Amino acid sequence: MKPSLYDAPGPRARRHNLLWSVLFVVALAVLVWWVVASLSDKNQLEWAKWRPFFTDPRVWTTYLLPGLRNTLLAAALAMVIALPLGALFGIARLSDHRWVRGAAGTVVEFFRAIPVLILMLFANAAYAEFTDISTDVRPLYAVVTGLVLYNGSVLAEIVRAGILALPRGQGDAALAIGMRKNQVMRYVLLPQSVTAMMPAIVSQLVVIVKDTALGGALLGFSELLASVRPMSANYGANTIASFTVVAVLFILLNLTLTSFAGWLEARLRRAKRFSGAVVRPEAVEELARPGEHVGPEDLGGPEGPRGR
Amino acid sequence: MFDFLEGYDLLGAFWVTVQLTVYSAIGSLVWGTALAAMRVSPVPLMRGFGTCYVNVFRNIPLTVIIVFTSLGLFQTLGVTLGADQFTSINFRLAVLGLIVYHAAFVCEALRSGINTVPVGQVEAARAIGLRFSQVLRLIVLPQAFRSVVGPLANVLIALTKNTTVAAAIGVAEAALLMREMIENEAQLILISAVFAFGFVCLTLPAGLFLGWVSRKVSVKR
Repeated sequence: MKPSLYDAPGPRARRHNLLWSVLFVVALAVLVWWVVASLSDKNQLEWAKWRPFFTDPRVWTTYLLPGLRNTLLAAALAMVIALPLGALFGIARLSDHRWVRGAAGTVVEFFRAIPVLILMLFANAAYAEFTDISTDVRPLYAVVTGLVLYNGSVLAEIVRAGILALPRGQGDAALAIGMRKNQVMRYVLLPQSVTAMMPAIVSQLVVIVKDTALGGALLGFSELLASVRPMSANYGANTIASFTVVAVLFILLNLTLTSFAGWLEARLRRAKRFSGAVVRPEAVEELARPGEHVGPEDLGGPEGPRGR
Repeated sequence: MFDFLEGYDLLGAFWVTVQLTVYSAIGSLVWGTALAAMRVSPVPLMRGFGTCYVNVFRNIPLTVIIVFTSLGLFQTLGVTLGADQFTSINFRLAVLGLIVYHAAFVCEALRSGINTVPVGQVEAARAIGLRFSQVLRLIVLPQAFRSVVGPLANVLIALTKNTTVAAAIGVAEAALLMREMIENEAQLILISAVFAFGFVCLTLPAGLFLGWVSRKVSVKR
């Protein structure tokens, strides 16, 4: 925990803090009052609009759970396909051959630079034009393809960072006992760096889960967000209630993933046998920026961040 | 070869994308800074509010927020944000959604920057009798902003790409035009290439330039 920007409050500071607390509570109360007033003005607070979510299991079995299932399915498929692709491109970016490095670099930078929605729209139209995938599974294919192209390139950067984070001696020692380059990678570097990458990979999963909602809004993929319209149509225009439930489900799912990533990171830092650095979960945001790599400041050794 | 572009306002669509980016960037910078100040403030209530806000809005998909601004705020609650035309209502709602979402990321970036300011600086500032607001305004934030140009650039690039989500509520920006063109024209590959190129032009130079700026201005310690 970082020492804070203020001292332990004395009498004057306590009065000050109290004043600010009161002002803040008043401001919050005004905001809450405005929200509640405008909600009840449009009859959105009627119990009848919220009750189905607590008493009617059919809301869950017909809309919410299938939606959640599709969200998770798309996210899982995207992750499973993107991981090996990401590993491949991440390793290719570390190749000794310039043209392999350059080609992999171009592909990764390109897909990091364009919005995932553009990729999904392209995949959707491409499947419609060039393949005979039936229309009811096409949105799933398009969503997964878009997610794989984008997240594969981000994962490539995570893999690259994970491998670079290992102590140099690991690769040198492996070469010294006579391993070939691909043996060094397969037996020494990759297995060790997987541990270092785990926190970042888990938090990339949050990004993937969030992006599946794009398919619901624009491609007709029946995931969690897409269940809002039929629900509010069938349960008396309970738009606000439906959105609230969907948002809460997304938040719970992603908070679980985020705290799992944090727990993994803390565990890795504590582990005594683990010698390398950890790719911080927060580094994932950095990797969304084309032309940017994870630098040494994003890698923390077992003792905590280096160089700070 | 590019005659399929005729009849479409390609530059206009990208101009809307740029406008969405600029307004949302300014808004989320202001709101995100306020949130960051709350998260480090001595008032426990404000700290709690900041933490809740960040945890909630970082974990909701942006698409959910944007669709909610249209279906929930506008169509159900009648919020128009002072606009009277349909297109400008949607535009403003999209900007609102983008600000609400990205402010959480700006706040986190700033907070990590505040953490890089050495403790001695803060202690010295307190020792000469500066109040919390003065410590933050005069000592911490100026240094923090310089060290977070990189992370803020990440947010800006992500924001630029995320403006495409506004297509979900019918804002006439690049992704919506792309969808329309794909439906009406035959050259799928060329159309996609044009739009991909447009976004590469928006994000790649900005990312490289801001990366250079961040190395230039960051405080060497």
